[in-house]
Amino acid sequence: MRFERKLLPAVRAMGLGLLLLIPAGGLAMDVDDAPAAVVIDFLQNLYEPVHFDHTMHLDMATCSHCHHHTIGTGPANPLCARCHAGAGEGDIVACSDCHDAQPFTVENLKKTAEPKLFHIDKPGLMAAFHINCRGCHEEAGGPTGCQDCHKMTEAGEKRFNTGKYAPSGYKAVPKHHDAEKKHE
Amino acid sequence: MNTQLSRRSFIRGGLAGTVAAAVLKDKKASAAHNFEGYPDAMGVVVDLTRCVGCRSCEAACNKEQRLPEPAEPFDDFSVFDYMEHGQKRRTDEAHYTVVNRYDVPAIDHPLFRKIQCFHCNEPTCLTSCFVNAYTKTPEGAVIYNPKVCVGCRTCLVACPFYIPTFKYSSAFSPRVMKCIFCYDTRLKKGKPPACVEACPQEALTFGKRTDMLRVARQRIRETPGKYIDHIYGEHEAGGTSWMYLSPVPFGEVGLDTDLPNEPILNYVKGFLSFVPVVLTLWPALFAGFHLLATRKNRVEQSHNDANREG
Ligand code: SF4
Ligand code: SF4
Repeated sequence: MRFERKLLPAVRAMGLGLLLLIPAGGLAMDVDDAPAAVVIDFLQNLYEPVHFDHTMHLDMATCSHCHHHTIGTGPANPLCARCHAGAGEGDIVACSDCHDAQPFTVENLKKTAEPKLFHIDKPGLMAAFHINCRGCHEEAGGPTGCQDCHKMTEAGEKRFNTGKYAPSGYKAVPKHHDAEKKHE
Repeated sequence: MNTQLSRRSFIRGGLAGTVAAAVLKDKKASAAHNFEGYPDAMGVVVDLTRCVGCRSCEAACNKEQRLPEPAEPFDDFSVFDYMEHGQKRRTDEAHYTVVNRYDVPAIDHPLFRKIQCFHCNEPTCLTSCFVNAYTKTPEGAVIYNPKVCVGCRTCLVACPFYIPTFKYSSAFSPRVMKCIFCYDTRLKKGKPPACVEACPQEALTFGKRTDMLRVARQRIRETPGKYIDHIYGEHEAGGTSWMYLSPVPFGEVGLDTDLPNEPILNYVKGFLSFVPVVLTLWPALFAGFHLLATRKNRVEQSHNDANREG
């Protein structure tokens, strides 16, 4: 059944910690088929999970801006279209099905070394999110500060020597601008 | 700038003139020109179009290398405004890597550039060290052995990127502090360095150096206009394991564009590995290095004085 075919990658994605909340009943790969929300919680423990409002983003971008050539609408990027122009709907829809959470393992570096492979430079999962999401946010005026999307955890505060782990004697300088943003 | 010039002239004029004159005639020395680096050396491409200046790499480095608590949190971005003697932040004994901001007029947003040891194919720190305290490992890392270091500071002066610094906490055991590519804890085990793993933007891409060159070339080729058509570090100083891609000329993001394409101390290398000659010339060498080191101090001193007056 088609639904099961769609569900499989999602289940695999859950294994990686990416939870896809699949709405019940949808059979075709169209907008109604899309999950309403996605919790992205597989990354490090430095930040809390991102509650990604998938439905809200449907109005802001075309599906192929994020799903490239995998959902049968044709890729938005002309570079991808050189090979994937006629690509139909694929089994692979979740980000984590292509973008590896650990991009630089010895195994993955073998792919980078493949002399005939075009995709020697596929970003890992964390980078795929940040390059795509944050890149678009910058262009479209969406939030771009780290903690606009995910709050820092205690482990994060420790890593960054901030919050209750701030250096002793440190006096915070008032931040006049959000330096996390490229655009001021 | 002064300092830079003085160091450069030290390397070219000083060493080449006083020490290596005899060596240049040596045939062995010219053979050293053909060394292309270890074939399986790993590398990193730093893509300045991707870096957002989040300082996650700095924080990760600090923890991985157990460096001292920083003066300010790693999410304090006022450090980008820091200036000392007309210079932005530099690597030092407590910071093996730093990120700096560059406001480039041609672009409507600032650029950020991480710097750390470049892990040169033929490191000048290594070739300039006459007790062999440095090693270039087959994995590409340039590491350092504090046990044999005599604290002469030649490597500090010799590095074309001003990377190594000294830790002076103990006067009796000076120790060079610099990025080691996370060799002990990661690289040796086939893992990427901590900064690479922490970078949310994959502004740092890790792999075999030869593959990183292919990746970098592909980015330049596939996105015309996005990058300057040059991979900084492919040839600079004889080639480096850490390489840069930039949307603007590399000088505008604080990288030295006057570096020669040969290893800085290429000609000295054959000489230094030729032990008997080293031993014969040891006193002369040492006197020379000492002179140069103090001269560099003097230059920096006067440079600083000039700054204070100005
Ligand atoms: S950048 Fe400097 S310290 Fe690093 S390997 Fe090259 S010469 Fe040595
Ligand atoms: S972690 Fe990556 S994006 Fe952030 S400052 Fe470092 S290199 Fe730039």
